[in-house]
Amino acid sequence: MRRLLVLGAGTAGTMAVNKLRPLLAEDEWDITIVDQSEEHHYQPGYLFVPFGWYRPEQIVKPRKRLITRGVTQLTGAVDRVDTDANLVHLADGTELAYDQLIIAPGTHPTPSETPGLAEPNARERGVHSFYTLDDAVALRDAMQRFDGGRLVVNLIDLPIKCPVAPLEFAFLVEAWLHERGLREETEVIYVTPLDGAFTKPLAAKELGGMFTERGIDLEPDFMLEQVDLDEQCLVSYDERVVPFDLLVPIPINRGAAFVGRSGLGDELDHVRVDKHTFLAEGLDDVFALGDAANLPTSKAGSVAHFSLDVFVENFLRHIDGLEMHERFDGHANCFIESGYGKAMLLDFNYDTEPLTGTFPFPEVGPLKLLGENEANHWGKLAFRWIYWHLLLPGRPLPLHADMSMIGKDRPSLPDPDPEAEQAPRRTSALMEVSM
Amino acid sequence: MPVVTVLERQIHLDEEGFLTEPSEWDEALARELAANIGLELTPRHLEVIAFARSDQAEQGETPTLRRMTAVGGFPTKELFQLFPKKPAKKLSYVAGLQKPVGCV
Repeated sequence: MRRLLVLGAGTAGTMAVNKLRPLLAEDEWDITIVDQSEEHHYQPGYLFVPFGWYRPEQIVKPRKRLITRGVTQLTGAVDRVDTDANLVHLADGTELAYDQLIIAPGTHPTPSETPGLAEPNARERGVHSFYTLDDAVALRDAMQRFDGGRLVVNLIDLPIKCPVAPLEFAFLVEAWLHERGLREETEVIYVTPLDGAFTKPLAAKELGGMFTERGIDLEPDFMLEQVDLDEQCLVSYDERVVPFDLLVPIPINRGAAFVGRSGLGDELDHVRVDKHTFLAEGLDDVFALGDAANLPTSKAGSVAHFSLDVFVENFLRHIDGLEMHERFDGHANCFIESGYGKAMLLDFNYDTEPLTGTFPFPEVGPLKLLGENEANHWGKLAFRWIYWHLLLPGRPLPLHADMSMIGKDRPSLPDPDPEAEQAPRRTSALMEVSM
Repeated sequence: MPVVTVLERQIHLDEEGFLTEPSEWDEALARELAANIGLELTPRHLEVIAFARSDQAEQGETPTLRRMTAVGGFPTKELFQLFPKKPAKKLSYVAGLQKPVGCV
Protein backbone atom coordinates (compact mmCIF):
# COMPACT_ATOMS: atom_id res chain seq x y z
CA MET A 1 0.00 0.00 0.00
CA ARG A 2 1.39 3.43 -0.91
CA ARG A 3 0.63 6.41 1.28
CA LEU A 4 -0.32 9.94 0.19
CA LEU A 5 -0.23 12.37 3.09
CA VAL A 6 -1.71 15.86 2.84
CA LEU A 7 -0.89 18.55 5.41
CA GLY A 8 -3.67 21.12 5.55
CA ALA A 9 -7.39 20.83 4.76
CA GLY A 10 -8.01 24.31 3.40
CA THR A 11 -8.97 25.07 -0.20
CA ALA A 12 -5.97 23.40 -1.86
CA GLY A 13 -5.66 20.36 0.43
CA THR A 14 -9.38 19.60 0.33
CA MET A 15 -9.56 19.89 -3.45
CA ALA A 16 -6.47 17.71 -3.81
CA VAL A 17 -7.85 14.74 -1.86
CA ASN A 18 -11.33 15.08 -3.34
CA LYS A 19 -9.93 15.04 -6.87
CA LEU A 20 -7.35 12.33 -6.29
CA ARG A 21 -9.39 9.81 -4.26
CA PRO A 22 -11.54 8.66 -7.20
CA LEU A 23 -8.44 8.44 -9.41
CA LEU A 24 -6.26 6.35 -7.07
CA ALA A 25 -7.33 2.74 -6.40
CA GLU A 26 -8.29 2.29 -2.75
CA ASP A 27 -6.37 -0.98 -2.50
CA GLU A 28 -3.19 0.72 -3.79
CA TRP A 29 -3.23 4.13 -2.17
CA ASP A 30 -4.03 5.20 1.36
CA ILE A 31 -4.87 8.92 1.56
CA THR A 32 -4.65 10.79 4.85
CA ILE A 33 -5.26 14.49 5.46
CA VAL A 34 -4.22 16.35 8.62
CA ASP A 35 -5.41 19.73 9.84
CA GLN A 36 -5.25 21.43 13.21
CA SER A 37 -8.81 22.73 12.89
CA GLU A 38 -12.06 20.82 12.54
CA GLU A 39 -13.64 23.78 10.78
CA HIS A 40 -13.31 24.92 7.18
CA HIS A 41 -13.69 28.65 6.58
CA TYR A 42 -14.78 30.24 3.32
CA GLN A 43 -12.05 32.84 3.59
CA PRO A 44 -13.22 35.17 0.77
CA GLY A 45 -16.25 35.76 3.00
CA TYR A 46 -14.21 37.48 5.73
CA LEU A 47 -14.25 40.68 3.67
CA PHE A 48 -18.04 40.95 3.92
CA VAL A 49 -18.34 40.30 7.66
CA PRO A 50 -17.42 43.85 8.77
CA PHE A 51 -20.27 45.20 6.61
CA GLY A 52 -22.79 42.71 8.01
CA TRP A 53 -23.34 41.06 4.58
CA TYR A 54 -22.26 37.67 5.89
CA ARG A 55 -22.72 36.33 9.39
CA PRO A 56 -19.90 34.14 10.68
CA GLU A 57 -22.01 30.97 10.60
CA GLN A 58 -22.55 31.41 6.84
CA ILE A 59 -18.89 31.00 6.08
CA VAL A 60 -17.89 28.14 8.40
CA LYS A 61 -18.60 24.44 7.92
CA PRO A 62 -17.35 21.33 9.70
CA ARG A 63 -14.31 20.03 7.81
CA LYS A 64 -15.50 16.43 8.09
CA ARG A 65 -18.40 16.78 5.64
CA LEU A 66 -16.31 18.47 2.95
CA ILE A 67 -13.90 15.60 2.44
CA THR A 68 -14.81 12.59 0.36
CA ARG A 69 -15.18 9.04 1.73
CA GLY A 70 -12.08 6.90 1.66
CA VAL A 71 -9.81 9.62 3.03
CA THR A 72 -8.56 9.33 6.60
CA GLN A 73 -8.94 12.61 8.49
CA LEU A 74 -6.71 13.48 11.44
CA THR A 75 -6.78 16.54 13.69
CA GLY A 76 -3.44 17.79 14.92
CA ALA A 77 -0.66 20.32 14.48
CA VAL A 78 2.45 19.45 12.45
CA ASP A 79 5.76 19.76 14.24
CA ARG A 80 8.06 19.06 11.30
CA VAL A 81 8.67 17.08 8.14
CA ASP A 82 11.67 14.77 7.95
CA THR A 83 12.20 14.50 4.21
CA ASP A 84 15.15 12.09 4.62
CA ALA A 85 13.05 9.55 6.53
CA ASN A 86 9.76 10.34 4.70
CA LEU A 87 8.12 11.00 8.05
CA VAL A 88 5.87 13.75 9.39
CA HIS A 89 6.03 14.40 13.12
CA LEU A 90 2.90 15.83 14.73
CA ALA A 91 3.08 18.02 17.82
CA ASP A 92 1.51 15.27 19.95
CA GLY A 93 4.32 12.85 19.04
CA THR A 94 2.43 10.91 16.33
CA GLU A 95 4.60 9.90 13.37
CA LEU A 96 3.08 9.60 9.91
CA ALA A 97 5.00 7.92 7.11
CA TYR A 98 4.43 8.89 3.48
CA ASP A 99 5.40 7.91 -0.03
CA GLN A 100 4.14 11.20 -1.47
CA LEU A 101 3.54 14.34 0.57
CA ILE A 102 1.46 17.42 -0.23
CA ILE A 103 2.10 20.48 1.93
CA ALA A 104 -0.92 22.82 1.92
CA PRO A 105 -1.17 24.67 5.25
CA GLY A 106 -1.76 28.07 3.61
CA THR A 107 -0.34 31.41 4.67
CA HIS A 108 -1.42 33.41 7.68
CA PRO A 109 -1.56 37.02 8.90
CA THR A 110 1.19 37.51 11.46
CA PRO A 111 0.70 40.79 13.35
CA SER A 112 3.62 40.00 15.66
CA GLU A 113 5.97 40.76 12.73
CA THR A 114 5.16 44.47 13.09
CA PRO A 115 5.93 46.39 16.30
CA GLY A 116 2.69 47.62 17.87
CA LEU A 117 0.25 45.44 15.95
CA ALA A 118 0.17 42.49 18.32
CA GLU A 119 -0.05 44.53 21.53
CA PRO A 120 -2.98 43.57 23.78
CA ASN A 121 -4.41 47.09 23.60
CA ALA A 122 -4.26 47.33 19.79
CA ARG A 123 -8.03 46.93 19.37
CA GLU A 124 -8.72 49.48 22.07
CA ARG A 125 -6.53 51.92 20.12
CA GLY A 126 -8.60 51.48 16.96
CA VAL A 127 -6.61 48.74 15.18
CA HIS A 128 -8.69 46.05 13.46
CA SER A 129 -7.83 43.68 10.65
CA PHE A 130 -10.29 41.50 8.71
CA TYR A 131 -8.01 38.61 7.71
CA THR A 132 -9.28 36.20 10.36
CA LEU A 133 -12.92 35.61 11.25
CA ASP A 134 -12.34 36.79 14.81
CA ASP A 135 -10.74 40.04 13.58
CA ALA A 136 -13.47 40.59 10.98
CA VAL A 137 -16.16 40.34 13.69
CA ALA A 138 -14.28 42.77 15.95
CA LEU A 139 -13.90 45.19 13.02
CA ARG A 140 -17.65 44.96 12.36
CA ASP A 141 -18.33 46.03 15.94
CA ALA A 142 -15.72 48.81 15.79
CA MET A 143 -17.29 50.13 12.58
CA GLN A 144 -20.67 50.29 14.31
CA ARG A 145 -19.06 52.60 16.89
CA PHE A 146 -17.11 54.67 14.33
CA ASP A 147 -18.32 58.25 14.03
CA GLY A 148 -15.89 59.78 11.55
CA GLY A 149 -12.24 60.79 11.47
CA ARG A 150 -9.29 59.20 9.67
CA LEU A 151 -9.88 55.67 8.42
CA VAL A 152 -6.61 54.17 7.22
CA VAL A 153 -6.23 50.91 5.26
CA ASN A 154 -2.60 49.74 5.33
CA LEU A 155 -1.16 47.00 3.17
CA ILE A 156 2.01 46.34 5.15
CA ASP A 157 3.97 44.11 2.78
CA LEU A 158 3.62 41.55 0.02
CA PRO A 159 3.00 38.72 -0.57
CA ILE A 160 -0.40 38.40 1.10
CA LYS A 161 -3.28 36.07 0.41
CA CYS A 162 -6.11 37.55 -1.64
CA PRO A 163 -4.00 40.57 -2.63
CA VAL A 164 -7.02 42.46 -3.98
CA ALA A 165 -8.94 42.30 -0.69
CA PRO A 166 -7.30 45.43 0.79
CA LEU A 167 -8.45 47.41 -2.26
CA GLU A 168 -11.91 45.90 -2.02
CA PHE A 169 -12.11 46.86 1.62
CA ALA A 170 -11.17 50.45 0.77
CA PHE A 171 -13.87 50.66 -1.93
CA LEU A 172 -16.51 48.97 0.20
CA VAL A 173 -15.84 51.04 3.30
CA GLU A 174 -15.98 54.24 1.26
CA ALA A 175 -19.44 53.27 -0.02
CA TRP A 176 -20.49 52.13 3.45
CA LEU A 177 -19.52 55.51 4.92
CA HIS A 178 -21.79 57.19 2.36
CA GLU A 179 -24.65 54.96 3.38
CA ARG A 180 -24.08 55.70 7.05
CA GLY A 181 -23.95 59.45 6.40
CA LEU A 182 -20.37 59.58 7.65
CA ARG A 183 -18.51 60.17 4.41
CA GLU A 184 -18.25 63.95 4.85
CA GLU A 185 -16.55 63.69 8.21
CA THR A 186 -14.23 60.80 7.25
CA GLU A 187 -10.95 60.77 5.35
CA VAL A 188 -10.22 57.39 3.73
CA ILE A 189 -6.51 56.78 3.20
CA TYR A 190 -4.92 53.77 1.48
CA VAL A 191 -1.32 53.27 2.58
CA THR A 192 0.84 50.88 0.55
CA PRO A 193 4.51 49.95 0.08
CA LEU A 194 3.87 49.82 -3.69
CA ASP A 195 4.27 52.84 -5.92
CA GLY A 196 0.59 52.66 -6.94
CA ALA A 197 -2.72 51.04 -6.05
CA PHE A 198 -1.67 47.66 -7.47
CA THR A 199 1.48 45.92 -8.69
CA LYS A 200 0.65 45.50 -12.37
CA PRO A 201 0.81 48.71 -14.45
CA LEU A 202 -2.56 48.67 -16.28
CA ALA A 203 -4.51 47.59 -13.20
CA ALA A 204 -2.67 50.13 -11.05
CA LYS A 205 -3.75 52.85 -13.48
CA GLU A 206 -7.42 51.80 -13.59
CA LEU A 207 -7.63 51.30 -9.83
CA GLY A 208 -5.73 54.51 -9.11
CA GLY A 209 -8.33 56.33 -11.23
CA MET A 210 -11.11 54.82 -9.13
CA PHE A 211 -9.39 55.98 -5.95
CA THR A 212 -9.42 59.54 -7.28
CA GLU A 213 -13.10 59.27 -8.27
CA ARG A 214 -14.05 58.02 -4.84
CA GLY A 215 -11.93 60.54 -2.99
CA ILE A 216 -9.70 57.86 -1.45
CA ASP A 217 -6.23 59.25 -0.73
CA LEU A 218 -3.30 57.10 -1.81
CA GLU A 219 -0.10 57.08 0.29
CA PRO A 220 2.38 55.11 -1.87
CA ASP A 221 5.95 53.88 -1.19
CA PHE A 222 5.19 53.58 2.51
CA MET A 223 7.21 50.84 4.22
CA LEU A 224 5.80 50.49 7.72
CA GLU A 225 8.29 50.27 10.59
CA GLN A 226 5.85 50.39 13.51
CA VAL A 227 2.36 51.25 14.64
CA ASP A 228 2.47 53.83 17.44
CA LEU A 229 -0.59 52.96 19.52
CA ASP A 230 -0.25 55.85 21.97
CA GLU A 231 -0.15 58.45 19.22
CA GLN A 232 -2.44 56.40 16.95
CA CYS A 233 -0.23 56.67 13.89
CA LEU A 234 1.77 54.64 11.38
CA VAL A 235 5.51 55.35 11.19
CA SER A 236 7.50 54.35 8.10
CA TYR A 237 11.20 53.43 7.90
CA ASP A 238 11.87 56.82 6.34
CA GLU A 239 10.04 58.48 9.23
CA ARG A 240 6.81 59.50 7.55
CA VAL A 241 3.82 59.57 9.90
CA VAL A 242 0.19 58.75 9.06
CA PRO A 243 -2.30 59.35 11.92
CA PHE A 244 -5.46 57.26 12.19
CA ASP A 245 -8.65 56.97 14.20
CA LEU A 246 -9.51 53.56 12.77
CA LEU A 247 -6.67 51.51 11.28
CA VAL A 248 -7.36 48.45 9.13
CA PRO A 249 -3.94 46.84 8.70
CA ILE A 250 -3.22 43.83 6.49
CA PRO A 251 -0.54 42.08 8.55
CA ILE A 252 2.51 40.42 7.04
CA ASN A 253 1.65 36.89 5.90
CA ARG A 254 3.82 33.93 6.82
CA GLY A 255 3.56 30.30 5.82
CA ALA A 256 3.29 27.57 8.47
CA ALA A 257 6.15 27.59 10.99
CA PHE A 258 6.72 23.85 10.46
CA VAL A 259 7.77 24.59 6.87
CA GLY A 260 10.65 26.69 8.20
CA ARG A 261 11.52 24.12 10.90
CA SER A 262 11.70 21.46 8.20
CA GLY A 263 14.11 23.52 6.09
CA LEU A 264 11.67 23.73 3.18
CA GLY A 265 10.81 27.41 3.25
CA ASP A 266 11.94 30.81 2.09
CA GLU A 267 12.37 33.69 4.55
CA LEU A 268 8.59 33.81 5.04
CA ASP A 269 8.18 30.03 5.46
CA HIS A 270 6.56 29.57 2.07
CA VAL A 271 7.69 26.32 0.44
CA ARG A 272 10.24 26.74 -2.34
CA VAL A 273 8.74 24.98 -5.37
CA ASP A 274 9.09 24.62 -9.11
CA LYS A 275 6.57 27.20 -10.32
CA HIS A 276 5.23 24.99 -13.11
CA THR A 277 4.92 21.63 -11.30
CA PHE A 278 4.78 22.55 -7.54
CA LEU A 279 7.44 19.97 -6.70
CA ALA A 280 9.47 21.15 -3.68
CA GLU A 281 12.99 22.15 -4.63
CA GLY A 282 15.42 19.24 -4.64
CA LEU A 283 12.80 16.59 -3.76
CA ASP A 284 10.73 14.22 -5.87
CA ASP A 285 8.12 13.16 -3.31
CA VAL A 286 7.06 16.47 -1.76
CA PHE A 287 4.69 18.98 -3.40
CA ALA A 288 3.32 22.26 -2.05
CA LEU A 289 -0.09 23.52 -3.19
CA GLY A 290 -2.10 26.70 -2.66
CA ASP A 291 -0.90 29.69 -0.66
CA ALA A 292 1.83 27.63 1.06
CA ALA A 293 3.91 27.56 -2.14
CA ASN A 294 6.20 30.44 -3.10
CA LEU A 295 4.74 30.83 -6.61
CA PRO A 296 5.26 34.28 -8.13
CA THR A 297 1.52 34.80 -8.63
CA SER A 298 -1.43 35.74 -6.42
CA LYS A 299 -2.04 33.75 -3.28
CA ALA A 300 -5.70 33.12 -4.02
CA GLY A 301 -8.32 30.40 -4.17
CA SER A 302 -8.53 30.76 -7.95
CA VAL A 303 -4.83 29.99 -8.27
CA ALA A 304 -5.27 26.94 -6.04
CA HIS A 305 -8.15 25.86 -8.26
CA PHE A 306 -6.34 26.31 -11.59
CA SER A 307 -3.13 24.80 -10.28
CA LEU A 308 -4.98 21.71 -9.03
CA ASP A 309 -6.06 20.87 -12.59
CA VAL A 310 -2.43 20.89 -13.65
CA PHE A 311 -1.25 19.13 -10.51
CA VAL A 312 -3.64 16.16 -10.71
CA GLU A 313 -2.61 15.32 -14.29
CA ASN A 314 1.05 15.60 -13.35
CA PHE A 315 0.77 13.66 -10.10
CA LEU A 316 -0.80 10.65 -11.81
CA ARG A 317 2.14 10.51 -14.21
CA HIS A 318 4.70 11.21 -11.50
CA ILE A 319 3.65 8.25 -9.33
CA ASP A 320 3.94 6.01 -12.36
CA GLY A 321 7.51 7.19 -12.85
CA LEU A 322 6.65 9.28 -15.91
CA GLU A 323 7.74 12.81 -16.62
CA MET A 324 5.32 15.60 -15.61
CA HIS A 325 4.51 17.50 -18.78
CA GLU A 326 1.72 19.82 -17.73
CA ARG A 327 3.06 23.26 -16.83
CA PHE A 328 1.16 25.76 -14.67
CA ASP A 329 1.07 29.25 -16.19
CA GLY A 330 0.27 31.19 -12.99
CA HIS A 331 -3.38 31.75 -13.97
CA ALA A 332 -5.33 33.85 -11.42
CA ASN A 333 -8.88 35.18 -11.64
CA CYS A 334 -10.00 37.64 -8.98
CA PHE A 335 -13.17 39.63 -8.42
CA ILE A 336 -12.70 43.07 -6.89
CA GLU A 337 -15.78 44.34 -5.08
CA SER A 338 -15.83 48.07 -5.74
CA GLY A 339 -18.86 49.19 -3.72
CA TYR A 340 -22.25 50.56 -4.84
CA GLY A 341 -23.34 47.10 -6.03
CA LYS A 342 -20.54 46.72 -8.57
CA ALA A 343 -17.37 44.72 -8.94
CA MET A 344 -14.42 44.34 -11.29
CA LEU A 345 -12.71 41.19 -12.54
CA LEU A 346 -9.00 40.54 -13.06
CA ASP A 347 -7.69 37.60 -15.12
CA PHE A 348 -3.93 37.18 -15.50
CA ASN A 349 -0.94 34.83 -15.29
CA TYR A 350 2.85 34.82 -14.87
CA ASP A 351 3.39 36.57 -18.20
CA THR A 352 0.23 38.59 -18.93
CA GLU A 353 -0.83 41.41 -16.66
CA PRO A 354 -4.56 42.04 -16.03
CA LEU A 355 -6.06 43.57 -19.19
CA THR A 356 -9.37 45.21 -20.02
CA GLY A 357 -12.02 43.29 -21.97
CA THR A 358 -14.88 40.88 -21.33
CA PHE A 359 -15.01 37.42 -19.74
CA PRO A 360 -15.37 34.62 -20.58
CA PHE A 361 -16.83 35.52 -24.01
CA PRO A 362 -15.71 38.34 -26.34
CA GLU A 363 -18.03 41.38 -26.41
CA VAL A 364 -20.97 39.78 -24.55
CA GLY A 365 -19.13 39.00 -21.35
CA PRO A 366 -21.24 39.03 -19.21
CA LEU A 367 -18.35 39.82 -16.91
CA LYS A 368 -16.17 42.84 -17.53
CA LEU A 369 -12.40 42.69 -17.11
CA LEU A 370 -10.66 45.51 -15.29
CA GLY A 371 -13.87 47.57 -15.27
CA GLU A 372 -16.90 47.77 -13.02
CA ASN A 373 -20.37 46.32 -13.58
CA GLU A 374 -23.21 44.71 -11.64
CA ALA A 375 -22.76 41.25 -13.20
CA ASN A 376 -19.29 41.07 -11.65
CA HIS A 377 -20.80 41.81 -8.25
CA TRP A 378 -23.37 39.01 -8.59
CA GLY A 379 -20.59 36.73 -9.82
CA LYS A 380 -18.66 37.40 -6.67
CA LEU A 381 -21.66 36.71 -4.43
CA ALA A 382 -22.54 33.52 -6.33
CA PHE A 383 -19.05 32.28 -5.75
CA ARG A 384 -19.75 31.23 -2.14
CA TRP A 385 -22.21 28.61 -3.41
CA ILE A 386 -19.81 27.51 -6.14
CA TYR A 387 -17.04 27.16 -3.57
CA TRP A 388 -18.94 24.82 -1.24
CA HIS A 389 -20.75 22.81 -3.90
CA LEU A 390 -18.46 22.63 -6.93
CA LEU A 391 -14.95 23.79 -6.12
CA LEU A 392 -14.16 21.94 -2.88
CA PRO A 393 -15.75 18.67 -4.00
CA GLY A 394 -13.48 18.87 -7.05
CA ARG A 395 -16.29 19.06 -9.62
CA PRO A 396 -15.34 20.60 -12.96
CA LEU A 397 -15.94 24.33 -13.45
CA PRO A 398 -16.22 25.80 -16.93
CA LEU A 399 -12.94 27.66 -16.57
CA HIS A 400 -9.72 26.43 -18.11
CA ALA A 401 -6.54 26.08 -16.09
CA ASP A 402 -4.51 28.01 -18.68
CA MET A 403 -5.37 31.67 -19.07
CA SER A 404 -7.06 32.54 -22.36
CA MET A 405 -6.58 35.75 -24.37
CA ILE A 406 -10.17 35.51 -25.72
CA GLY A 407 -12.13 38.68 -24.89
CA LYS A 408 -9.06 40.54 -23.69
CA ASP A 409 -8.00 43.84 -25.25
CA ARG A 410 -4.39 43.70 -26.30
CA PRO A 411 -2.55 46.74 -25.04
CA SER A 412 -1.31 49.03 -27.80
CA LEU A 413 2.21 50.37 -27.66
CA PRO A 414 2.33 53.86 -26.19
CA ASP A 415 2.59 56.71 -28.71
CA PRO A 416 6.08 58.12 -28.84
CA ASP A 417 6.18 61.22 -26.71
CA PRO A 418 7.08 64.10 -29.10
CA GLU A 419 8.59 66.17 -26.31
CA ALA A 420 10.88 63.36 -25.35
CA GLU A 421 12.28 63.35 -28.89
CA GLN A 422 13.21 67.00 -28.65
CA ALA A 423 14.65 66.81 -25.16
CA PRO A 424 18.31 67.79 -24.99
CA ARG A 425 20.64 64.82 -25.15
CA ARG A 426 21.57 63.62 -21.73
CA THR A 427 25.23 63.58 -20.89
CA SER A 428 25.02 59.97 -19.72
CA ALA A 429 24.06 57.27 -22.18
CA LEU A 430 21.97 55.69 -19.43
CA MET A 431 18.23 56.23 -19.67
CA GLU A 432 16.52 58.56 -17.31
CA VAL A 433 14.99 56.39 -14.59
CA SER A 434 11.93 57.29 -12.59
CA MET A 435 12.59 56.58 -8.92
CA MET B 1 15.32 46.64 -25.63
CA PRO B 2 17.74 49.58 -25.59
CA VAL B 3 21.45 48.91 -25.94
CA VAL B 4 23.65 51.81 -24.82
CA THR B 5 27.36 52.45 -24.65
CA VAL B 6 28.66 53.35 -21.21
CA LEU B 7 32.33 53.35 -20.19
CA GLU B 8 33.14 52.32 -23.76
CA ARG B 9 31.18 49.10 -23.66
CA GLN B 10 27.71 48.05 -24.62
CA ILE B 11 25.12 47.30 -21.97
CA HIS B 12 21.56 46.00 -22.33
CA LEU B 13 18.68 47.71 -20.58
CA ASP B 14 14.96 47.03 -20.25
CA GLU B 15 12.30 49.68 -20.97
CA GLU B 16 12.68 51.11 -17.50
CA GLY B 17 16.46 51.42 -17.75
CA PHE B 18 17.39 48.40 -15.60
CA LEU B 19 20.22 46.11 -16.72
CA THR B 20 18.97 42.88 -18.24
CA GLU B 21 22.33 41.06 -18.05
CA PRO B 22 23.76 40.94 -14.51
CA SER B 23 27.08 39.81 -16.04
CA GLU B 24 27.56 43.20 -17.73
CA TRP B 25 27.83 44.82 -14.29
CA ASP B 26 30.98 45.88 -12.49
CA GLU B 27 31.78 48.39 -9.81
CA ALA B 28 32.66 51.17 -12.26
CA LEU B 29 29.28 50.72 -13.96
CA ALA B 30 27.59 50.72 -10.55
CA ARG B 31 29.03 54.18 -9.92
CA GLU B 32 27.61 55.37 -13.26
CA LEU B 33 24.21 53.88 -12.47
CA ALA B 34 24.26 55.41 -8.98
CA ALA B 35 25.17 58.85 -10.33
CA ASN B 36 22.29 58.55 -12.79
CA ILE B 37 19.84 58.43 -9.85
CA GLY B 38 21.70 60.93 -7.71
CA LEU B 39 23.54 58.53 -5.39
CA GLU B 40 27.20 58.38 -4.46
CA LEU B 41 28.37 54.93 -3.49
CA THR B 42 30.11 54.30 -0.17
CA PRO B 43 31.84 51.05 0.87
CA ARG B 44 28.65 50.17 2.78
CA HIS B 45 26.58 50.54 -0.41
CA LEU B 46 28.96 48.13 -2.08
CA GLU B 47 28.56 45.57 0.72
CA VAL B 48 24.81 45.71 0.32
CA ILE B 49 25.12 45.42 -3.46
CA ALA B 50 27.53 42.49 -3.17
CA PHE B 51 25.05 40.54 -1.05
CA ALA B 52 22.15 41.34 -3.38
CA ARG B 53 24.15 40.15 -6.38
CA SER B 54 25.38 36.92 -4.81
CA ASP B 55 21.89 36.12 -3.51
CA GLN B 56 20.43 36.76 -6.96
CA ALA B 57 23.04 34.47 -8.52
CA GLU B 58 22.13 31.69 -6.08
CA GLN B 59 18.36 32.09 -6.01
CA GLY B 60 17.75 33.26 -9.56
CA GLU B 61 15.76 36.29 -8.44
CA THR B 62 16.42 39.71 -6.95
CA PRO B 63 16.12 39.64 -3.15
CA THR B 64 13.20 41.54 -1.64
CA LEU B 65 13.80 44.12 1.06
CA ARG B 66 12.60 41.58 3.61
CA ARG B 67 15.16 39.07 2.40
CA MET B 68 17.92 41.70 2.49
CA THR B 69 17.10 42.14 6.17
CA ALA B 70 16.22 38.56 7.16
CA VAL B 71 18.98 36.76 5.26
CA GLY B 72 21.50 39.52 4.47
CA GLY B 73 21.38 41.05 7.94
CA PHE B 74 21.07 44.66 6.71
CA PRO B 75 18.58 46.60 8.87
CA THR B 76 15.69 47.98 6.81
CA LYS B 77 16.20 51.38 8.38
CA GLU B 78 19.77 51.49 7.09
CA LEU B 79 18.68 50.41 3.59
CA PHE B 80 16.34 53.40 3.58
CA GLN B 81 19.25 55.67 4.54
CA LEU B 82 21.55 54.23 1.87
CA PHE B 83 18.92 54.17 -0.87
CA PRO B 84 16.41 56.86 0.14
CA LYS B 85 12.65 56.55 -0.51
CA LYS B 86 12.70 53.45 -2.70
CA PRO B 87 15.43 51.14 -1.44
CA ALA B 88 14.29 47.99 -3.24
CA LYS B 89 14.09 49.70 -6.61
CA LYS B 90 17.26 51.78 -6.24
CA LEU B 91 19.32 48.92 -4.89
CA SER B 92 18.37 46.58 -7.72
CA TYR B 93 19.01 49.33 -10.27
CA VAL B 94 22.51 50.10 -9.02
CA ALA B 95 23.30 46.39 -8.52
CA GLY B 96 22.48 45.70 -12.15
CA LEU B 97 19.56 43.41 -11.28
CA GLN B 98 15.91 43.33 -12.24
CA LYS B 99 13.41 44.88 -9.83
CA PRO B 100 12.25 42.36 -7.22
CA VAL B 101 9.10 40.59 -8.46
CA GLY B 102 6.05 42.55 -7.39
CA CYS B 103 4.05 39.59 -6.13
CA VAL B 104 0.34 40.00 -6.67
